[in-house]
Amino acid sequence: MASLTESSVALPLHSGASATIRIEPPSGLFELRLREVWAYRELLYFFVWRDVKIRYKQTAIGVLWVVLQPVLNMLVFTLFFGRLAKLPSDGLPYPVFYFAALVPWTYFSYALQMTTNVVVDNQRLITKVYFPRLILPISAALSGLVDFSIGFVVLAIFTVAYGIRPTLAALWLPALLLLAVFTALGVGLWLSALNALYRDVKYVIPFLIQFWMFASPVAYPSSLVPPRWRWLYGLNPMAGVIDGFRWAITGRGHSPGLLLLASSAVVALIVLGGLFFFNRMESSVADRV
Amino acid sequence: MNNTVIQAEGLSKLYRRGLQVDDGLRHSLEAFLRSPVASLRRKKEETFWALKDVSLEVREGEVLGLIGRNGAGKTTLLKILSRITRPTTGWAEIHGRVGSLLEVGTGFHPELTGHENTFLSGAILGMGKREIERKFDEIVAFAELEKFIETPVKYYSSGMYVRLAFAVAAHLEPEILLVDEVLAVGDINFQKKCLGKMGDVARAGRTVVLVSHQLNQIRSLSHRGIWVDAGQIRMDGNTHEVVSAYESAMARGDTNGHSQDRGTATKARFLSWEIAEPRPEPPHTLATVGPIELKFVVQVTSAVHMGHHGVTLYNHDRQLIWGWAVDNVELEPGVHELRYSFPMLPVRPGPYSWAVSLYEEGQLLDAWECLPEMIVATENFQHRYDHWSGVLNIPSKFSIT
Repeated sequence: MASLTESSVALPLHSGASATIRIEPPSGLFELRLREVWAYRELLYFFVWRDVKIRYKQTAIGVLWVVLQPVLNMLVFTLFFGRLAKLPSDGLPYPVFYFAALVPWTYFSYALQMTTNVVVDNQRLITKVYFPRLILPISAALSGLVDFSIGFVVLAIFTVAYGIRPTLAALWLPALLLLAVFTALGVGLWLSALNALYRDVKYVIPFLIQFWMFASPVAYPSSLVPPRWRWLYGLNPMAGVIDGFRWAITGRGHSPGLLLLASSAVVALIVLGGLFFFNRMESSVADRV
Repeated sequence: MNNTVIQAEGLSKLYRRGLQVDDGLRHSLEAFLRSPVASLRRKKEETFWALKDVSLEVREGEVLGLIGRNGAGKTTLLKILSRITRPTTGWAEIHGRVGSLLEVGTGFHPELTGHENTFLSGAILGMGKREIERKFDEIVAFAELEKFIETPVKYYSSGMYVRLAFAVAAHLEPEILLVDEVLAVGDINFQKKCLGKMGDVARAGRTVVLVSHQLNQIRSLSHRGIWVDAGQIRMDGNTHEVVSAYESAMARGDTNGHSQDRGTATKARFLSWEIAEPRPEPPHTLATVGPIELKFVVQVTSAVHMGHHGVTLYNHDRQLIWGWAVDNVELEPGVHELRYSFPMLPVRPGPYSWAVSLYEEGQLLDAWECLPEMIVATENFQHRYDHWSGVLNIPSKFSIT
């Protein structure tokens, strides 16, 4: 591993201290410059702010879409998977059952899409100005959180309206959300780097997201999965997140405990691998995009 | 005082030609299916050194101008120093906070207002939120956009867009400023204002590295010049000496250190060129799309019969923009002006080069790549984004009937 010294960290102009920057060929080693990412946190904020601003600038009903998207999905799911296909819902009312899964899932699918495209979408910027490239996927994964927060408030109102009182299990929500953010970021790091090399990735994303949704307990409860396949199921971190969300919101059913532990381990691996891969791509990205 | 702020040793950059994304995955898959073994071996790619073993030192407060032909490696050097791309070999150390300006309007988004873009672009260029807040009024005043600052920039004219973009950039306060050719946009008056602001920066004792095709700009701004040629430093020294050496080398048709063949005959020699009408100041900057008149001055020592004269215009990317030739040219000994008038020359703003030639009975008398380059600094009549504006800069009228 390359040693990280104070002097190898470039700072944005406003950060008072004038450090020495050393410019060298890419070493082929892992150069994780998290300190630099921290120094550029204001730019990270501006990227998130830009994404959020732009998204609803041209829409007629603006932020209402944030609420409508999961609500409409929930209605469709309730009608087809619930009323028609009569899938079990672990004893929860269908609307709550689906909505509790759709709020984190909508965030995840959106964040994954944004993260995948973030390097390609910002290619002009990448070839014209320096900043730690890592803040692009991070900002993409974070910008979906604004939508998530709004969706979450609706979900909370909804749940209470169905007479379900919050329990101590709700304290798990931040950890579950964090897991969702890191899943999107980790996979997004891989995909955004791949996307910079092969634009085909963009076309794979809708299929990947659809497939992933059916591989996660969004439309059905995870209790439907035969116990001997549970371990495999747990390798999908979103399975833990969504199961956990339902449990944390309603306080009913089983805590996803072990499933979540497996998920966290998988996510840690994906994020580390993603950082490494992104880092490899980063040193040459301005020459390629 | 005068510490070294930039030190570079043996910087080289190898580029792979044709490393395109578009033929990405399909290309890789096809190659793999055709011959699985060969495609896994390292491919022989066409490579070239954009920069080869460049070492330099820049001292605090120095204003350094980088000159050289297109593709000589100036921009690559600047991109390495501003950390946009990494060198293939060699290293550099920069002591101080670096601001780089390789494009006007970096990070601008059409849907956002001028106000919002000022903050976004400022942050991308390295300013902090508080710093932008403090300078905001000054930036808006510099851009002369007080009335339109809450309007989305997609409704801006190209002039307004460039003014705001440059105003943001001009208020950067780095210790070291790296600038690439960004001043070749906008109308001539705003260019002057920007030059004034740049001059302030230089006088304020900050270190500036500037790439420009406008040699007069380099002359007036920088103390020191470096002539980059074929990826290497060809000459380093006092601005006036370096610029003059460059100019005279170009006048000799010099490419890559070897004198280009301007014909063995001494019968005729092109001496100079300029824009004759309308008389612009400086004389090689075009501030109007037309009508214009150009003159190429040629000295003839003994009469030329049945001559053939050609003229071509190239853009920044060495794309042929216009070419023309005339036969049966008769020239008596003496100095002649070959004049061309154009009802309009609607090319997009930027640096251009003329080339003129004279033959007699198939024998080259002189071929000259005219210097200095012609700088087109007309108002932009096209889409305000580079990637949506083409080679022609034609004023248009839009109506719905």
